[in-house]
Amino acid sequence: MNIHEYQGKQLLAQYGVSVPPGEVCDSADAAKKVAEGLFAKGEKLVVVKSQIHAGGRGKGTFKRGFQGGVKLCKTADDVYEKAKAMIGQVLVTKQTGPDGRLVSKLLVAAAPEIKKEFYCAVLLDRESSRPIMMVSTEGGVDIEEVAEKHPEKIVKETIDPAVGMMPYQARKLAGALGLKGDLIASAAKLLLGVYKTWWECDAAMVEINPLCIIVGPDGKEAMSAVDAKVSLDDNALYRHKNIQEMRDLAEESPLEIEASKFSLNYIKLDGSIACLVNGAGLAMATMDIIQHFGANPANFLDVGGGASKEQVTAAFKIILSDVSVKAIFVNIFGGIMDCNVIATGIVAAVKETGLKLPLVVRLEGNNVVAGKKTLAESGVAIITGDSMADAAKKVVASVKA
Amino acid sequence: MSILVTPQTRVLVQGITGSFGARHTQLSIDYGSLIVAGVTPGKGGQFFEHGGKKVPIFDTVAEAMKQTGATTSAVFVPPPFAADAILEGVDAGLDLVVAITEGIPVNDMVRAKRAMLGKKTRLIGPNCPGVVTPGEGKDSHGGCRIGIAPGYIHKKGNIGVVSRSGTLTYEAVWQLTCRGVGQSTCVGIGGDPVNGTSHLDVIKMFNADPETTGIIMIGEIGGSAEEEAAEWIKNNCKKPVAGFIAGATAPPGRRMGHAGAIVSGGKGTAAAKIAAFKEAGIGIAVTPSEMADTLLKMM
Repeated sequence: MNIHEYQGKQLLAQYGVSVPPGEVCDSADAAKKVAEGLFAKGEKLVVVKSQIHAGGRGKGTFKRGFQGGVKLCKTADDVYEKAKAMIGQVLVTKQTGPDGRLVSKLLVAAAPEIKKEFYCAVLLDRESSRPIMMVSTEGGVDIEEVAEKHPEKIVKETIDPAVGMMPYQARKLAGALGLKGDLIASAAKLLLGVYKTWWECDAAMVEINPLCIIVGPDGKEAMSAVDAKVSLDDNALYRHKNIQEMRDLAEESPLEIEASKFSLNYIKLDGSIACLVNGAGLAMATMDIIQHFGANPANFLDVGGGASKEQVTAAFKIILSDVSVKAIFVNIFGGIMDCNVIATGIVAAVKETGLKLPLVVRLEGNNVVAGKKTLAESGVAIITGDSMADAAKKVVASVKA
Repeated sequence: MSILVTPQTRVLVQGITGSFGARHTQLSIDYGSLIVAGVTPGKGGQFFEHGGKKVPIFDTVAEAMKQTGATTSAVFVPPPFAADAILEGVDAGLDLVVAITEGIPVNDMVRAKRAMLGKKTRLIGPNCPGVVTPGEGKDSHGGCRIGIAPGYIHKKGNIGVVSRSGTLTYEAVWQLTCRGVGQSTCVGIGGDPVNGTSHLDVIKMFNADPETTGIIMIGEIGGSAEEEAAEWIKNNCKKPVAGFIAGATAPPGRRMGHAGAIVSGGKGTAAAKIAAFKEAGIGIAVTPSEMADTLLKMM
């Protein structure tokens, strides 16, 4: 699960990570009020940041034409104007796709003077099965590009989960960033807090980009997490009630939300052939085989191990609400589950949804003869395939015809 | 021989009284596997009855091992308690723990794997279909089935199958069986980012197993375990290996059902894995329908 920048910063702050002071707002009036408070405390600049899950906000464009989803302001009135131009509007960035995302919340925060920008992230290293913290002197830019062109500029520290991140490791990384004097302790405190956030919140990734040397209102240099991206391990959400409440359904696809209600794992894609499959591996392979024979999958859909009639019907409804779908490919390897139960579910779903599109079914496994008989005798127009390849060819042919 | 388990392996089931664990314990008993004990804390002294068999239930793994001689366990315990169940089996000194449970928090497995360092127990999974060594009877009856795979699709023979995905394993096994070709052992290593046994670990075991004459390795997007296995195969494997990688069409940054199936930061793509397979001389099944045929052509 992804959360907003302001929510990520709330979590980080709880673990002692220094972030620029600010508050989330849902109106221009509220934004102005927060800005007034920040200016009164001696801040020279205030930033207004659109809160959407996609990146590239600063360079994004609102559908109404306003440029930039992140704006620096020198006065509270300016904050009001900028907030008014953003809130309730749809922001399109390189990560949102052409539909963009509705901006319903703004983070209004101090924009301290930045001396230098770095990068910091904590994630799981799959090779060692341990967490790693990565830092780089190349902050504020796309880290994937740095990894490709200058891998030597990324420094990694593996963390032993038995003891957690040790202060010496944080100091080592601070040294790798070229920090000196008081900034070493300031950075070490911040990095330890970032790791603690990752571990305690069961995060999948915590990314601070940029991590900055800032000049505070008192003129002293310090370290600060100026931007933050936090994503969480869905499997661990059950033990974090506060984080569950951070879920923003407006950021998720309505079809994917609907699918999750029926324990279906659905991801919408851009093609024309919808797939309904049991098992994640087979579902991916089904998408691949559609592409291999010359068409594109409209979705990933794993109905799981025990697909019931209700699930199959719900799956058909979800598939059919995608208007670009031109045909449906059902690929089931019923190892344990009864193919006849699946077949009965398919027939019921076709009748209930009044399906008009070509439907190709490949059934294999337990009680498959009865299942095929049920399909054949149903009076419903179903094309059957003997193997996965045979069925895939038939479904591709049906959309090309 | 086979790898990991034989038809004589004595198996205990952790979480035998839950509905999922109970259903698959019944199926394993029907398949003829030696299910000798169950473990459910607080239900020690009761019995799990099925098909005329009475399987004793114990409060702890250690007690179950002591009383029944079990050496291997199947873990069907719900996700919040699964890492604890795995480590209980490790502490008791089991040879093998097969964790079927899907949805264990990643950090629980990070800690569990750290705690297993230096211990003798091997972990397969989690989030896996389990291990099957087919038996000699009808529809491979009499083999050792640990987990949730359908037993009857197997046939005793000489091909080793290793995969992260359940249904793709069944697909490969069924393709082999339909062509009259049997399997030595089929291992589902699971779809999570942190697992106990890698593709490479299993490939090494198949390479060393005199009964195994060919290998099907099924991978998917995410991580670099397939590349590591390919590198080793290139220099060391004496047996033909055919492979398939799922997820060529998966969009980057999206998790495809399995917690570990995600392309992130340009890493873990199907293209990179297929290239590594080719480089290592592994036969590539262009579609999942051709996994068995690709291997058989090489043999």
